[in-house]
Amino acid sequence: MIPLSWYLFLSAALFSVGVFGVLARRNAVAILLAIELMLNAVNINLVAFWRYLTPTQMSGQVFAIIVLAVAAAEVAVGLALVISVYRRRQTAVADELDLLKW
Amino acid sequence: MTTETILWLIPLPPLLAFFLIVLLTNRSRGLSHSVAIGAAFLSWLGSMVVFVRALGVHELGRHPFAQSVPWLPTADTWLKIGVYLDPLSAAVLFFVAWTILMIFIYSVGYHNYGQSEGDHDVKGLPPHGATVTDAHGHKHKVPSVEPMYSRFFAFISLFAFGMYLLVVSDNLLTLFVGWEIMGLCSYLLIGFWYGKPSARDAAIKAFMTTRIGDVFMLLGIAFLYSATGSLSFDVIFSEKVLHTLASVPTPILGLSAAGLISLLLFIGTVGKSAQWPLHVWLPDAMEGPTPVSAMIHAATMVSAGVYAVIRMFPLLHLDAGTMSIVAFIGAFTALFAATIAVAQNDIKRVLAYSTISQLGYMIAAAGIGAYVAAAFHLITHAFFKALLFLGSGSVIHGMEHGVLHTGEHIDPQNMFNMGGLRKKMPITFWTFLIGGFALAGFPVLTAGFWSKDEILADAFAHGHLGVFVTLAVAAFLTAFYTMRQITLTFLGEPRTKAAEHAQETPWTMTLPLIVLSIFAIGYGWVGIPEHFPLLGGLLPNWFHEFVGSTLSEVPEVAPFNWTPLLTSLLVSLGGLGLGWWVYRGVRTPAEDKFQIPLLKNKWYFDEAYQFLFVRPSYWFAEKVVYLVLDKGLIDGLLHAIGHSAAVIGTTLRTYIDKAIINETIGDGTAHVIKSTGSGLRPIQSGRLQQYMVASLLVFILITGLLYYFLVLA
Repeated sequence: MIPLSWYLFLSAALFSVGVFGVLARRNAVAILLAIELMLNAVNINLVAFWRYLTPTQMSGQVFAIIVLAVAAAEVAVGLALVISVYRRRQTAVADELDLLKW
Repeated sequence: MTTETILWLIPLPPLLAFFLIVLLTNRSRGLSHSVAIGAAFLSWLGSMVVFVRALGVHELGRHPFAQSVPWLPTADTWLKIGVYLDPLSAAVLFFVAWTILMIFIYSVGYHNYGQSEGDHDVKGLPPHGATVTDAHGHKHKVPSVEPMYSRFFAFISLFAFGMYLLVVSDNLLTLFVGWEIMGLCSYLLIGFWYGKPSARDAAIKAFMTTRIGDVFMLLGIAFLYSATGSLSFDVIFSEKVLHTLASVPTPILGLSAAGLISLLLFIGTVGKSAQWPLHVWLPDAMEGPTPVSAMIHAATMVSAGVYAVIRMFPLLHLDAGTMSIVAFIGAFTALFAATIAVAQNDIKRVLAYSTISQLGYMIAAAGIGAYVAAAFHLITHAFFKALLFLGSGSVIHGMEHGVLHTGEHIDPQNMFNMGGLRKKMPITFWTFLIGGFALAGFPVLTAGFWSKDEILADAFAHGHLGVFVTLAVAAFLTAFYTMRQITLTFLGEPRTKAAEHAQETPWTMTLPLIVLSIFAIGYGWVGIPEHFPLLGGLLPNWFHEFVGSTLSEVPEVAPFNWTPLLTSLLVSLGGLGLGWWVYRGVRTPAEDKFQIPLLKNKWYFDEAYQFLFVRPSYWFAEKVVYLVLDKGLIDGLLHAIGHSAAVIGTTLRTYIDKAIINETIGDGTAHVIKSTGSGLRPIQSGRLQQYMVASLLVFILITGLLYYFLVLA
């Protein structure tokens, strides 16, 4: 059986890719995609820990499903925002959306 | 009510009236004079009740009405305030009550109550007259009502309070309080028409001159208090205290304590009763309204000085040296003022000098030991001099009426503008004649004769020949100038149109004249000496017995002698006759042979005082006090303080306030915050991804630190 650490490495790698994507990508849609990557890395973690540590309890799986639901909702709102911003400013590049500046 | 209670209450109504008028009723003229006269009437009533009761007491001198309460605590004793009524104060209270009430009533008419307001009258100046249109459409100029009518009644009410307080008080301190209240009122009333510079000057002159006397009097009171520990009459006049005072020597002039104290108190009298050399204020005080001249400067206030001397007589007569000083000043003043009165043309000024002269008589009488005669003359004089002053006021009033009617520009007080007024103003004429004859000592009939004769008889009988001769000459001059005044004013033909159109004054003015003229005649009859030829013994010599019992030993009545009586007859009739004979045809001042410059200018006393005291004072004030002391020393000191304070302030401001507090603490803080803010500004770029990198870094840092400290340590 594949040891737990492999899953954890996969999850960490996937999360790092997500973090890099969030910090480095210019397009807002790409940043949303990277966030999905990080959420799914967490899901892998949750499911892996459930399978190896507490297989009798369902909480790990349930938690993963809640995360999926939240992710879906988040993407819906996020994409709507991006479309709205794009309509207004004709761009989806995160660096150009500096309305929070001083 | 007991007599003592009434005595307590006597001074109060005028004081209440003063406050009532000042605070409440001053807008209404009628209400104000009603309050004042009502108060004067109440005091009069109280005085009469007390007087009648005093008559009924056997040996009132030994058992006076007296009551006192502790007032001010002083170390281990109390200063007491109280009332005291012995024969002297009873007699004085009698004339004070009558004259004050009469003068109050007279003031109503004098200030033209009921007349319309003047055309151009302003407060602080005498009324200038109003124009009225009669039924036929003719316009007349008539006297107008005094603009400060209520104020006048407030002041004389306060004055009356002072006089009553002085008479009923049982100690020198409250006597002095009353004395000073009258001094204040005298100042206020002389300067009543404060718009006139002459009135202002006269008010200041009167206040300053009497102040000189008052300071000495206060010194005397202080000395007396330190020597005896009491100011109550019954204590200081007890034989033990008097004996002690007489035997204690003082370093000044070799006088005994009694002599020095009474001399100091006497100087107060010299100021108040206008004796030489402090007489200069009284003639100028005639600037005030005439009722004031009558009340303050003839009947009551100046009498207060003589009253004080007679009151202090037990102390005074202990020292022969002081007695002779008093006698000398009195006799000298009597003669000296009489000579000036001969050459005066202002009707009130003649009376003013005659007042000084008559007060000198009383002082001289006290100085030769004849205190009963002094008291007698004090009272008769108060009646006839008040009568004369009110009469002169009536004359002036009538003349002013004429002046307004004819529009002439003449002085209504100058006797050379009058003449023939006997037909125009009969009541004033007859009463003035009675007053004048009483002043001149017209034999037998008038009060002035009896009191003057008693003084002369006493002076002769006790061997004071110098005083006797001086007073006799003064009496001759008195008769002379009195007749001059009557002749110029009332007899002959009118010298001006105004005099032709003079008018008799209203009843409020003539009624007091009539009442006072009754006393000017009748009061003499209570003091006819027993051994007087023909008349002696018909009426008992009530006055001598009554007032004489003030002291424990009743002074002997001077034995009858023809010399003083004949002198008295000669000087009064001779003076009156000569006065008429000289002035019967005089029409202008140029025809008056007695307008001697020396007398006309009052022996140059005003000029001498101007030169000796006033100008040095001004010089001292300007050159020394103002320039050296005030500008140099005090201003210099103040400027130095100001400058050093400014220097200290500037230094503090530059180096502490501006440098440290403002720039370092105040602005410094702001600068630091501002630069910090602008330094930190770039990190707020608005770029999400930078924020995220920053938070990641911080997260890693914190995690690292937590790991380092919590796990590894």
